[in-house]
Amino acid sequence: MTDLSALPPAHTCADIPVLRERGQREVFCGLTGIVWLHRKLQDAFFLVVGSRTCAHLIQSAAGVMIFAEPRFGTAILTDRDLAGMADANEELDRICVTLLERRPDIRALFLVGSCPSEVIKLDLAKAAERLNSRLLPRVRVVNYSGSGIETTFTQGEDNALKAMVPLLPATDQKQLLVVGCLADVVEDQFRRCFEALGIGPVHFFPPRRAAELPPVGRNTLVLPAQPFNGETVRTLIARGATVLPAPYPFGVEGTTAWLTAAATEWDVTPDRFHAVTAPMIERARTALARHRGHLAGKRLFMLPDSQLEIPLARFLHREMGMDPVEIGTPYLDRQMVAAELPLLPAGATLSEGQHLERQLDRVRAAAPDLVVCGLGLANPLEAEGIATKWSIELVFTPIHGYDQAGDLAEIFARPSDRRARLRV
Amino acid sequence: MQLTLWTYEGPPHVGAMRIATSMRDVHYVLHAPQGDTYADLLFTMIERRDQRPPVTYTTFQARDLGGDTAGLVTRTVAEAFERHQPKALLVGESCTAELIQDQPGALALGMNLPVPVIPLDLPAYTKKENWGAAETFYQLTRALLSDRVPAPGTAREQRPAGRRPRANLLGPTVLGFRCRDDVVEITRLLEQLGIDVHVVAPLGAVPEDIRRLPEADFNIDLYPEIAHTTAAWLQRNFGMPCSTTVPMGLGATRDFIAEVARLAGVDPAPVLGRERPGVARLDGSQSRMQWYARSVDSTYLTGKRVFIFGDATHAIAAARIATEEMGFTVVGLGTYSREFARDLRAAAQRYGVEPLIADDYLEVEQAIAAATPELVLGTQMERHIAKRLGIACAVISVPIHVQDVPARYSPVYGFEGANVLFDTWVHPLVMGLEEHLLQMFRGDFEFGDDAPASHLSHAGKSMQSQTPAPTVEPATSDPDAPPWTPDGEKELRKIPFFVRGKARRNTESYARERGLREITVETLYDAKAHFGR
Ligand code: SF4
Ligand code: SF4
Repeated sequence: MTDLSALPPAHTCADIPVLRERGQREVFCGLTGIVWLHRKLQDAFFLVVGSRTCAHLIQSAAGVMIFAEPRFGTAILTDRDLAGMADANEELDRICVTLLERRPDIRALFLVGSCPSEVIKLDLAKAAERLNSRLLPRVRVVNYSGSGIETTFTQGEDNALKAMVPLLPATDQKQLLVVGCLADVVEDQFRRCFEALGIGPVHFFPPRRAAELPPVGRNTLVLPAQPFNGETVRTLIARGATVLPAPYPFGVEGTTAWLTAAATEWDVTPDRFHAVTAPMIERARTALARHRGHLAGKRLFMLPDSQLEIPLARFLHREMGMDPVEIGTPYLDRQMVAAELPLLPAGATLSEGQHLERQLDRVRAAAPDLVVCGLGLANPLEAEGIATKWSIELVFTPIHGYDQAGDLAEIFARPSDRRARLRV
Repeated sequence: MQLTLWTYEGPPHVGAMRIATSMRDVHYVLHAPQGDTYADLLFTMIERRDQRPPVTYTTFQARDLGGDTAGLVTRTVAEAFERHQPKALLVGESCTAELIQDQPGALALGMNLPVPVIPLDLPAYTKKENWGAAETFYQLTRALLSDRVPAPGTAREQRPAGRRPRANLLGPTVLGFRCRDDVVEITRLLEQLGIDVHVVAPLGAVPEDIRRLPEADFNIDLYPEIAHTTAAWLQRNFGMPCSTTVPMGLGATRDFIAEVARLAGVDPAPVLGRERPGVARLDGSQSRMQWYARSVDSTYLTGKRVFIFGDATHAIAAARIATEEMGFTVVGLGTYSREFARDLRAAAQRYGVEPLIADDYLEVEQAIAAATPELVLGTQMERHIAKRLGIACAVISVPIHVQDVPARYSPVYGFEGANVLFDTWVHPLVMGLEEHLLQMFRGDFEFGDDAPASHLSHAGKSMQSQTPAPTVEPATSDPDAPPWTPDGEKELRKIPFFVRGKARRNTESYARERGLREITVETLYDAKAHFGR
């Protein structure tokens, strides 16, 4: 893998027909992002301003109540707030102030808008301004929308990051900015890798602490690590940054291409690139080989969910030999997947949006070997004899980079492995 | 506005989903944004349902808001009807749709579908899941029986001689607590009495079954949180009497038998005659529980301090069992079901504790910590609380997690239910004789901290999630407490791990209250004497 040239495209992505669907969507809303964002930003609290539904959603998505006092919560609107008896703004301020008194460790408070708060036009931007004038510099208040009428699943992260962009300090230094929430272990691996390649300074966005925001400016090169942060990336461009188009760092091929995009900008020699990446590539290949038997030649159907569908279908196709039948995506952000689309196989259908019942009809007709879908659909599909993998695991598990490539493949291989073992 | 970290109940439309999903041939069209589809996973993951809930969501988006969301509702209703061919259609909205006031119920009624359409008005900003379930069951029953309500004053027909008495079992739902098995157990029990189960609803019922409800002689309200409104309406309009005893626990099961026998006009003796309360023999009851509770090894259960929290039905029943059948001491009793606060207050008074009516998880956690119980009987929320506090715990009420929906038959109602409860409450406690032996041999090197009770030593993960992990120090030090002297700390280490956390907490609070500067061996034993019962 010393070849630094671009990957050979199978075709131009215009070859791939896009099926646009409208109907029932079976996707979480952007509030879900709080579940992983709050783990990443260790000094932040996420306060949803919404309803009991919103609180119940996050609780159900988080699965278990690991923490007595998690760094997220919901300010549940009540009748009094809606009837205007209580001034919702005063109520919100009161809740925020009490909350922050209880949690002196919190340095950033995210006010997260929901469908109800948006429909009643509760102005969270104003609320943030008001609270900032009271709480800065100890606590910074930021607002964004995670509502289901505006965002799907991973778009919540995009909105959260975008809301922080105006706060980033300015710099003119040439630097690399990796954008998208990554597990700390992955971030550390990439950091070591960039350092070994002589690429730097490197910053990660979001940072581990909201109080330590990375700088941005006209010599900043942005390398997106997640395909769903399109708005954030465009806002960074507006602050002068340049995007390095690349496939996402899933699998050996994706990770190599992704690192290459940065290496090219820092004039890393092929020798050095090889010296640094070869051992990792070797390891990753060995790890991938173990799972190929379960995946090669198998037909894959991805329901629109995490927005990771396109890069993962590319990885599963090109490195694991899977045959994607349909690749669903909640929305198609062409700019963010420009380097991915040409790598998809010509025969696959790309679908955008969802009409759940029709899509499930297509699933049944196609009888794929594996369906990647949300938790609500997994067991019912299994009961129809169709193997499934829950997409939510893809946002809670470290899957980026060489050293996670095997784990990523294993996630998809496990259903087939399990089926092969069971005799009941 | 109310700050909520974790919630005991979902919104009311989730209650409506529980009714729709419990039944067959019923479909629910829900005007709601896409994120609300998360609720499907409660059914397919927690309860491992092998089918999607029969719910179609409109999943309207912001761009629909300015336009024709009403059109979206009617299109969705038409499509859902066409595809699923339900025999009754529920139509409602979630919190967001309530604000945009499309009136989906009225829209659907206007479509003149050839099946009953039941509009649901479930105020999302004041009500919660159980209320939503109860209201949905009531609205559905009322709508399906609207043409069968007799004129006021009509006398109820007497049961024809020779026909066995019939009862309806009301209230079991999916995502309830052990409903599937309770229904089986109670059906068996009624069979012993010569009473037929006419309709079980909502679990497993079709709309036609609801129309048959008045043909039974009386109703059995198994889960008042869900069925009380419906049972009361049937009583008012059809003159159907209804049972009031929840058959959870041995004593309550016996009371239940007496009550339903009276309602059915049958002799309870064939069943109750075999029950000999107070007799310490295996044949003193159909349930083994009676003998197990009297067996000498259960002596160690005496006076165990137990904290109970859950829905009102299960919490109140558990308090009676704990007191009368296990010989525990109830040190706390509470519920999140505000609708049943009065019943719980009455029960709390019977057991001499302060009632806790709360849906604030942190408040419950504080109450548990303050009561220093040895066993917590609660929901999955209390399981987490108990785990953090290092206290044994068993789950007795919803909300539940996947491990509370066991594959095996495990009712909590009736005679077998009494057995199940005995086992599941005793299991997390360290066995009596072992506790005794561990005390005697605590200085022995083999009985070091790494030697858990033998019945725990093969425990897998699921077991450990219910009990304090044996090798982990159960409680952390109170930062406000004075420091321990080396001798004090050493003495503390000699106390078996499963009570050490409590000893530490008690000693530290004792020392803190007295303003001591350090905690010595003496302090430890002073505190022990102070807290000892
Ligand atoms: S991905 Fe870009 S280059 Fe390819 S077809 Fe789409 S717009 Fe054109
Ligand atoms: S879709 Fe809207 S109302 Fe539902 S949980 Fe998400 S933000 Fe809350």
